[in-house]
Amino acid sequence: MRLTVDHVTRYHYDRPVRSVVQSHRLTPSVFAGQKTIAWEVTVTGGAQGSVFRDGAGDLVQAWTVAGPVAEVTVRVQGTVETVDLTGVLRGHKETAAPECYLRATLPTRADTALDSLARSAEGADPLALAHALSAAVADAIAYRPGVTSAHTTAAEALALGEGVCQDHAHALIAVARVRGLPGRYVSGYLFADADGQSHEAAHAWAELYLPGLGWVGFDPANRCCPDDRYIRLGSGFDAQDAAPIRGIARGGGKEEMDVTVAILQASQ
Amino acid sequence: MAQFNEMYQGTGVRPPYARLDDWVAAMPQELRSLKQAEAEALFRRIGITFAVYGEGGDPDRLIPFDMFPRVFSAAEWAKLEKGIKQRARALNAFLVDVYGRGEIIRAGRIPGRLVYQNEAYEKAVAGFVPPKGVYSHIVGIDIVRTGPDEFFVLEDNCRTPSGVSYMLESREIMMRMFPDLFRENRIEPVDGYSEKLRRTLASVAPKKCKGEPTVVILTPGHFNSAYYEHSLLADLMGVELVEGQDLFVDGEYCWMRTTEGPRRVDVIYRRIDDAYLDPLCFRPDSMLGIPGLMDVYRSGGVSICSAPGAGVADDKAVYTYVPEMVRFYLGEEPILNNVPTWQCGKADDLKYVLEKLPELVVKEVHGSGGYGMLVGPKCSRDEVERFRAKIVENPGNYIAQPTLALSSVPTFVEEGVAPRHVDLRPYCLVGERIELVPGGLTRVALKEGSLVVNSSQGGGVKDTWVLAE
Repeated sequence: MRLTVDHVTRYHYDRPVRSVVQSHRLTPSVFAGQKTIAWEVTVTGGAQGSVFRDGAGDLVQAWTVAGPVAEVTVRVQGTVETVDLTGVLRGHKETAAPECYLRATLPTRADTALDSLARSAEGADPLALAHALSAAVADAIAYRPGVTSAHTTAAEALALGEGVCQDHAHALIAVARVRGLPGRYVSGYLFADADGQSHEAAHAWAELYLPGLGWVGFDPANRCCPDDRYIRLGSGFDAQDAAPIRGIARGGGKEEMDVTVAILQASQ
Repeated sequence: MAQFNEMYQGTGVRPPYARLDDWVAAMPQELRSLKQAEAEALFRRIGITFAVYGEGGDPDRLIPFDMFPRVFSAAEWAKLEKGIKQRARALNAFLVDVYGRGEIIRAGRIPGRLVYQNEAYEKAVAGFVPPKGVYSHIVGIDIVRTGPDEFFVLEDNCRTPSGVSYMLESREIMMRMFPDLFRENRIEPVDGYSEKLRRTLASVAPKKCKGEPTVVILTPGHFNSAYYEHSLLADLMGVELVEGQDLFVDGEYCWMRTTEGPRRVDVIYRRIDDAYLDPLCFRPDSMLGIPGLMDVYRSGGVSICSAPGAGVADDKAVYTYVPEMVRFYLGEEPILNNVPTWQCGKADDLKYVLEKLPELVVKEVHGSGGYGMLVGPKCSRDEVERFRAKIVENPGNYIAQPTLALSSVPTFVEEGVAPRHVDLRPYCLVGERIELVPGGLTRVALKEGSLVVNSSQGGGVKDTWVLAE
């Protein structure tokens, strides 16, 4: 599937700031499931800084914007050719050891409820178990925008029984770890097809490390594995660690952020 | 328990201390009190306050200084030096390996769990090799002695070991107060440390840096307990002492604000923890660090010493495997031995530890500063039993070691001169070359019979001498 992306993030400061520094993970991952046809990231008034590929295989690009500035717009435009690999992250080069993802962070720590949810899942082999865990998370946390925030932990979302893709991903990482499977948070885009079944164009899901298969994506929010409707950007321990944009403004006022994402199927 | 006195053997005096016997005999009580007061006044005037890494306690407290030096012969030091350098090489090889292919784990020589799930393991630098393959540029190795030829490593400090200012100032003060001693004894100087440190830091400048590298020391600020040391080292090296707000990232480099405009920084000797270095990579709420620093670092625009992630090598559970690292990476037998250590997380070890608890020293895996530890033989039955309950509750959190008969060195006390237990922290510098100034910081347990030398637990410091051939 050929997908086009137009993703605009606008930061507005109520008083001009002295400077803005950002670290981006906004470039499609390099693996067998997707090929980048065209890709451009622009930052209004910004200067490109360091660029490198990190141990998890993500391309990291730094930007700086010299102030005074009251508004910064990050625009991502591009086209990606995707293939359905039923979630398998084939041909992705990385050096980070899967075992390091067995470490819990604050949002992915398992409490007793997550622990028992994890133990309720059954599977004859790791792959079946992973599917069962993903289904268990989807059953336990209903999709409902607006009830959770960026700081909600997996345990809190499970207690609420509601949440968004970020909460599903955190919860799946938490339950996978309980069962000894390394899990990580993946950020990317999702093409919402005509039947309206998919959620959230700026999307997140989880990858679990399965012996023999390597990293495999699971999207509890949509009860599936990532296919050719998905574009993968980067990964991390949790939402904050995998954030496509991490930034900080110095010497200024309050920040407001506004995001629009349009994912369309390109005409051939 | 037979204790090794480093000066007196029966009625004889061991050769390195030969001249100190007359020195102390010729010093009447009044003069000694006078000198002690003078030393204290000097320390107070310099304003040196001190806390060994992670020890906590009152940051403005003066650490007691004992005038009786601790002495090594040239031969003793030669062996120690070889052992320390060997260990520093192995620890750095380990760090490069575990952020790379992890051969030592693949080979089954150390459990992956201890490394990859360690709090101090930084995924953010996986796959990154710092300049010259060095993660830990200043390795502080804590060593104890139990006999003429028996030395053991208690722990390694691979991040930012502190205390070197005490090594430098103790020497300075001793030379001022007792110039005769330094004429009568051929004592190796330690004042080359700052130049060696500067050279070490400059030698790991990033490839992109052309010409003489700009080195800075990054401090959390004057409220930090080791601030005196940060400013002393900056002074001695002739480099800027900066806080996070003095640095910023622009383009592919890190810059320092100066009155003549921005100046590029090539090497940062940081005295702040990984978590606070860069809010865009680690703790987002950190105000101490420099936003974007880790991106510049990972793309080769600046060097950070010690390298982020170095802490995974000095964890108390990883410590057990350092001799294995020496064999694995260097193909050598360790010159310095570890203290035998039982991991309470292992069922067999736990059983042994609980059986022998009153004889053992038990420490928390992540603890430091002599807090939260049990010294079995020094504790009451009740204390031992209370500690037993804590171990049983969370065995993985504890390691145990035999109670070592730490060597003692004569020390000035109320009643005159008496033996007190000591340890040693030398500071090994690792850059293009591996260097070590002869000596280090000797800590002394001032309480009679105490085996805990930490300043937070009533420890003091001594000048440490290495005699020339």
